Amino acid sequence: MTASNGTRTIRLESMTRVEGEGGLRIEVREGKLQDVRLDIYEPPRMFEAFLRGRSLREVPDITARICGICPVAYQMSSVQAIEAALGITPGQEISALRRLLYCGEWMQSHALHIYLLQAPDFFGMESAVALAARQPELVRQGLELKKIGNELMEIIGGRSVHPVSVCVGGFWKVPRRSELLALRSRLEWALQASIDTVKFVSSLKLPEFHADYECVALSHPREYPMNAGHIVSSAGLDIPIKEFEQAFLEMHVAHSTALHSVRAEHGSSYLVGPLARINLNLNHLPPAARQAADESGIAWPCSNPYAGIVARAVELVMTCEESLRLIDAYREPEPSCLEYTVRAAEGCAATEAPRGLLYHRYRINDQGIVQAARIVPPTAQNYRRMEDDLRLLIPGILERTDSQIVDECERMVRNYDPCISCSTHALKVRIARS
Amino acid sequence: MAGDSKPRLAVFKLASCDGCQLQMLNLEDELLEIAGEVEICYFLEARSQILDGPFDVALVEGSVTTEHDLERVREIRRNSQMLITIGACASAGGIQALRNMQDVDEYTRSIYANPSYIHTLSQSTPVAAHVTVDFAINGCPISREQLLEVITSLLIGRAPQLPTYSVCVECKRKGNVCVLVSRGVACIGPITQAGCGALCPGFNRGCFGCYGPMESANPDSLCHTLTMRGVPRAETLRLLNGFTGWAEEFRSAAEKLEKASI
Repeated sequence: MTASNGTRTIRLESMTRVEGEGGLRIEVREGKLQDVRLDIYEPPRMFEAFLRGRSLREVPDITARICGICPVAYQMSSVQAIEAALGITPGQEISALRRLLYCGEWMQSHALHIYLLQAPDFFGMESAVALAARQPELVRQGLELKKIGNELMEIIGGRSVHPVSVCVGGFWKVPRRSELLALRSRLEWALQASIDTVKFVSSLKLPEFHADYECVALSHPREYPMNAGHIVSSAGLDIPIKEFEQAFLEMHVAHSTALHSVRAEHGSSYLVGPLARINLNLNHLPPAARQAADESGIAWPCSNPYAGIVARAVELVMTCEESLRLIDAYREPEPSCLEYTVRAAEGCAATEAPRGLLYHRYRINDQGIVQAARIVPPTAQNYRRMEDDLRLLIPGILERTDSQIVDECERMVRNYDPCISCSTHALKVRIARS
Repeated sequence: MAGDSKPRLAVFKLASCDGCQLQMLNLEDELLEIAGEVEICYFLEARSQILDGPFDVALVEGSVTTEHDLERVREIRRNSQMLITIGACASAGGIQALRNMQDVDEYTRSIYANPSYIHTLSQSTPVAAHVTVDFAINGCPISREQLLEVITSLLIGRAPQLPTYSVCVECKRKGNVCVLVSRGVACIGPITQAGCGALCPGFNRGCFGCYGPMESANPDSLCHTLTMRGVPRAETLRLLNGFTGWAEEFRSAAEKLEKASI
């Protein structure tokens, strides 16, 4: 739409094939891009406020409800933040089982995004349902991979959306070795299907686009990062997790019910998620995933956001490979949960959610009641970067029609696999009394 | 549903975590078949195609927390022959309804940088507080099996059959040892509707009410039992004020328990 003063405003009310709800607004004046913003209107849910007054034992169950797609991420970051406050560290067997549960979540989340949300873009189709009419086997493969990830979560957590087994100190109950072994042959199939997925996404024609990203992720000396490590960036940042709040700031902008994160030093955007993780942790990929990454034809580190789909597929291989290794090495943790003494303290933790770094901090009192909570989800950290990418993208496609521009912008945003529901968990609110 | 054309389905989201509509996509074996039997007119997370109403069936996830969403549920109602709420947020206000029991002004005054940017209602309310709801699928999250039962029964034209009994029945069927009786663990399974398969007692922990109150629940009696078993009042209150805490039966029981101790 072009107004009489020559301002062309392009609006998209609702982005599709993303998790949660948000829109897009682009303003062009005299042929030049003036402004682009992601309008995040998904209603705020104020978790940080109502966590106050709840028992620390309830925190993993409550924070899981921030996101139906990555509940385990919220459980992992929250229990480890509270364990840090209590001064306890679960042993290797509990950590291994947590990693296995996390693998299940990454698997279903990545398969969902690759096959159901993003793949249709590469075929010019509006959905996986439409894609299935043309390539049923491809979509069925994606659904099966997703299902196996869900099954792994169900064995360990009882259900895939909001699993119930995770608690501060460990697990309410752990699976028997035989239950996990029963999934082994399906995971072997999943490993091969994931390798095929990398081949499939590598064969897609990725648009040429490069941006100067500061990639941020956890890094661990011995493994591909999930539940442990320190925070590193491609610009040389290397800090312990407890310095997160000094290195990264959250800003509140008018057009978003989610906060935007920036680097504290220069106020600049940064990138979290699969692409950033692989760029920073290529050498820690297990063998089959590393081989898939090498054979993908992508030169890592990679600064093309459209290669996010390849990064996600490589991580799919990694989760299958790691799941098999962890199941083979599995020993039932005994006891399943550490005992602890409640004390007044504060603790923080960060883990790698499927969409990137997820930071939590809690202050608890001597009765184990939460006094303060801070949660910084990956999508909120990526918003500024998404808008920066759109600013780079739009000037080159301005001669196209509004709907073509909108399609391209949505496609760019989908590279990030944004979870808008997660990002608006908090918020600075004004209450309009009903 | 009448007529020769496929039933028209729409899936909407209000304030929620996405988990209940994800359960639709988690029907991996049935998803493509369902998509062949119904016309999915509106489902932002799954497809870019957006078709206007009217719809035969609208599935609504999430609670009403903004003026904008209040307008939306009214419009959804006008546009839909049958409105079905999916999940604890849409059916009972969700975990975010915890704000309803707090001093909301304190929330406003607390931490926030630019409060004027945001508008939200003082309460998180279920869809049924604003428009007529034809059917509710409970749960945080809903169960895939129950969702499939509802979709299937609508397609063949019979009433959906969901359990109205308590989690206790599921526990007994599974042979779980009662966590409340054997170990004195706080559990609100006796007043919670079945549907999860007695998941938490199976994990050695008490039920925390994901599926909301069962039909003709007796929370006062349970509160009394919990007190007699030595469960601290604050813990019982937190269990009632949980994922479905704004549901009338749980809310009034919690209010009563709070008053009783003053």
